[in-house]
Amino acid sequence: MNTAMTRLIVAAFAFLLTQSALAGIKIEHWVSSSGARVYFVESRVLPMLDVQVDFAAGSMFDPVGKAGLAALTRATLDNGAGKLDETAIAEQLADIGANLGGSADTDRASVSLRTLSARDKRDTALAILKDVLQAPHFDAAVFEREKARTIAGLKEAMTRPDSIAGKAFWAALYPDHPYGRQATPESVAALNRDDMAAFHARYYNAANASITLVGDLSRQEAEKIADAITAGMPKGQAATLPGMPEQPKGGQTRIAHPASQAHVYIGLPAIERGNPDFFPLLVGNYTLGGGGFVSRLMKEVRDKRGYAYSVYSYFAPMRQTGPFQIGLQTKRSQAKDAIKVSRDILDAFLKEGPTAEELAAAKANLIGSFPLRLDSNKKILDNVAAIGFFDLPLDYLDQYQAKVQAVTAEDVKQAFARRVRPENLITVTVAAD
Amino acid sequence: MRHKYLLSVLLAAGLSSAALANPYETTLKNGLRVIVKEDRRAPTAVQMVWYRIGSMDEVDGQSGVAHVLEHMMFKGTPSVGPGEFNKRVAAAGGKDNAFTSRDYTAYFQQIPKEKLEDVIQLEADRMRHLNVDAKEFEQEIKVVMEERRMRTDDNPQSKLFEQMNAVAFQAHPYRRPIIGWMNDLETMTAADAKAWYDTWYVPNNAYVVITGDVDHQAVFALAEKYYGPLEGRPLPIRRQQIEPKQEGTRRITVKAPAELPVLIMGYKAPILRDVEKDSDPYALEMLSAILDGHDAARFNKKLVREDKVALAAGIDYDSTARGPGTLYLHATPSEGKTVADLEAALRAEIVRVQQDGVSQAELKRAKAQLIASEVYKKDSMFGQTMEIGQIESAGLPYRKLDRMLEKLQQVTAEQIQAVAKKYFNDDALTVGVLDPQPLDGKPRRPAAATRH
Repeated sequence: MNTAMTRLIVAAFAFLLTQSALAGIKIEHWVSSSGARVYFVESRVLPMLDVQVDFAAGSMFDPVGKAGLAALTRATLDNGAGKLDETAIAEQLADIGANLGGSADTDRASVSLRTLSARDKRDTALAILKDVLQAPHFDAAVFEREKARTIAGLKEAMTRPDSIAGKAFWAALYPDHPYGRQATPESVAALNRDDMAAFHARYYNAANASITLVGDLSRQEAEKIADAITAGMPKGQAATLPGMPEQPKGGQTRIAHPASQAHVYIGLPAIERGNPDFFPLLVGNYTLGGGGFVSRLMKEVRDKRGYAYSVYSYFAPMRQTGPFQIGLQTKRSQAKDAIKVSRDILDAFLKEGPTAEELAAAKANLIGSFPLRLDSNKKILDNVAAIGFFDLPLDYLDQYQAKVQAVTAEDVKQAFARRVRPENLITVTVAAD
Repeated sequence: MRHKYLLSVLLAAGLSSAALANPYETTLKNGLRVIVKEDRRAPTAVQMVWYRIGSMDEVDGQSGVAHVLEHMMFKGTPSVGPGEFNKRVAAAGGKDNAFTSRDYTAYFQQIPKEKLEDVIQLEADRMRHLNVDAKEFEQEIKVVMEERRMRTDDNPQSKLFEQMNAVAFQAHPYRRPIIGWMNDLETMTAADAKAWYDTWYVPNNAYVVITGDVDHQAVFALAEKYYGPLEGRPLPIRRQQIEPKQEGTRRITVKAPAELPVLIMGYKAPILRDVEKDSDPYALEMLSAILDGHDAARFNKKLVREDKVALAAGIDYDSTARGPGTLYLHATPSEGKTVADLEAALRAEIVRVQQDGVSQAELKRAKAQLIASEVYKKDSMFGQTMEIGQIESAGLPYRKLDRMLEKLQQVTAEQIQAVAKKYFNDDALTVGVLDPQPLDGKPRRPAAATRH
């Protein structure tokens, strides 16, 4: 799995597991004078501020033949912007102890800033953020350097069994959709500076942006900040989505590799953000392979047979149909057995759904763990940014527990039957005997 | 050392004297210390149980037993069946796991605050009543071998690091990998794990750290109720194992399937033993921040951005530990550059500090980052709990964390130049190189002129 993908999935997880009930996460929402959607949570506990700006500018918007453009554009935003070169940006941020981060995944390009909330520091940090968003230099020499580093990283990834398996898995799930396109050393080598400037001009605009602020500031200050960092940003147009992915024809891809362990991925395109099937899938998957140490996959594959250290399943809803995936790593000679056990567990689950006891345990954990999902500014930021970016209802968190609670065993069975059809399942193995 | 409590920012806000007592601490009659940090920002809590026992306490032929026992700790007691521990934590809406280091083994649960009593009861039970069942062991040792394959055998960088430490240390047990050599795992028995548990898992070899929306008096009462009845026992004598002085550079090469070479240069470095009297570890921490603390710090600016000799370059130094210290420089060469080019470039950066020192602006910047990180750190309850646990595991009192921060703030440019001269010494250096091999055994295409 490539790193952008890993990040996406981690972010999806954080969000999937989030529930409501904690009075106190009050999300305020408005549209900035520039036309960007803004989401704000006031939190005065610590003297700090998080700002995240998300654009629909992930790798799904890479033009045909230019795979890797979205990621490289995002990666070079802060290598010089406005009146500052890359060194000045990094030094000025460090001088005030601010951190600028973010990345691009398939759907989203994010720029995030964490700063102390003291006015002098905050204002300096926000001025840099504004330039990074709106006036990146895309300096030619810097571009060539970062391109070379990206190509080297891609070549290295092509030697790693987990990366190879991840790329093959996405390619097989989405043969005719941008989600299946992969950056390669060749596609990145063909990019030029003008590609980046054009991509930036098209996608880094107000209509295509959502801004999330969490921390030590008032609504009034938040409004001013959202206006200030987008002042002068063209309104532009929201990104146009491609057609929805279609289900692939099921099958197996086997890739040779000298590693001692086989990497196995099984899955298919399953669900998009905001689809009501999400809750029954979430609850059901807890029993199947989502519930950490207590899932069926963990018990059968790891505890009973000692086949794997890590075995899991998850649904990763995305802007368009995101994957359902089972993953494990096992000694290469026993890959076949491990796949058979996993498939048997999945097939039995599709047929029978969870037992009453399993359903109750899943709900107890998903509902009971609610406070842990929102007990830091970082977690609140991740959740609220996802609500904003994916246009989920503002009361999404408030409704969460009730929606989990309402799921029945029959709901789980039906949702799985709709979303996980065995004839579409893709299996990818790397280094299996 | 992970950076410490912020005084200036939060104290400036005016804390009451009661808040100054936070964290709170008590010691039970059986020797178990209980440290409670009240943090009421959200209705959650973290419990961590730390045992002063890690891979450095193992003996040859049984490497990995500390970590294997950590796995076995989830396999049940007379009152809690195999797998039941995880099940009960999950039912409480919690998350749990554990980790083993060279110095310690630690177990944690993150829970809604009202479930704290449940997990205190569970941890107390397995502190003295674990079943080390032979059948369970037989399956779990296979899981650990898979973990070793995943983390080390198929990971070229990890393998390089493992083999480098086996060369850098000859007498000290830090030479052995935490996860254990594969052959030791193959010959390990349930009796080995049981003996480890019986010897080391006692309340007087442990401490509990609890952070969250809790009242410390109530937590002390719960600790007394559940941990209190457990009996302490004298521990075996631990012999100090001192690594003989290294007298010359050591070099190793590891071949593994990969695209990019990796260079690691490990220098023997000091460890903080006395918070007041020691000064070199603080200076090395600040030097690390100046070399690799942000995107325009020296390594990235010079080696990656200006000279383009490295794709990435960094420094790794932890000034707190039970055993001896190492400062690692690590880097990957750019295409067309060799490992030798890279080593020369890293050395040139060190010479620059030795000859010209560091600027006041650089030092001020590193200190500003330290102050901010103290605030950001408080965003994570888990991180705060880890910090207390780790500093204690290294034999330093958590009450000194703020003093250590002050000491870092007092480091001067002269001290940094002095430690650069003192510790970047070729006779105390071990160099490890990953020599990448093609996946299919065929010669690599000529474009990758990266071998040395």
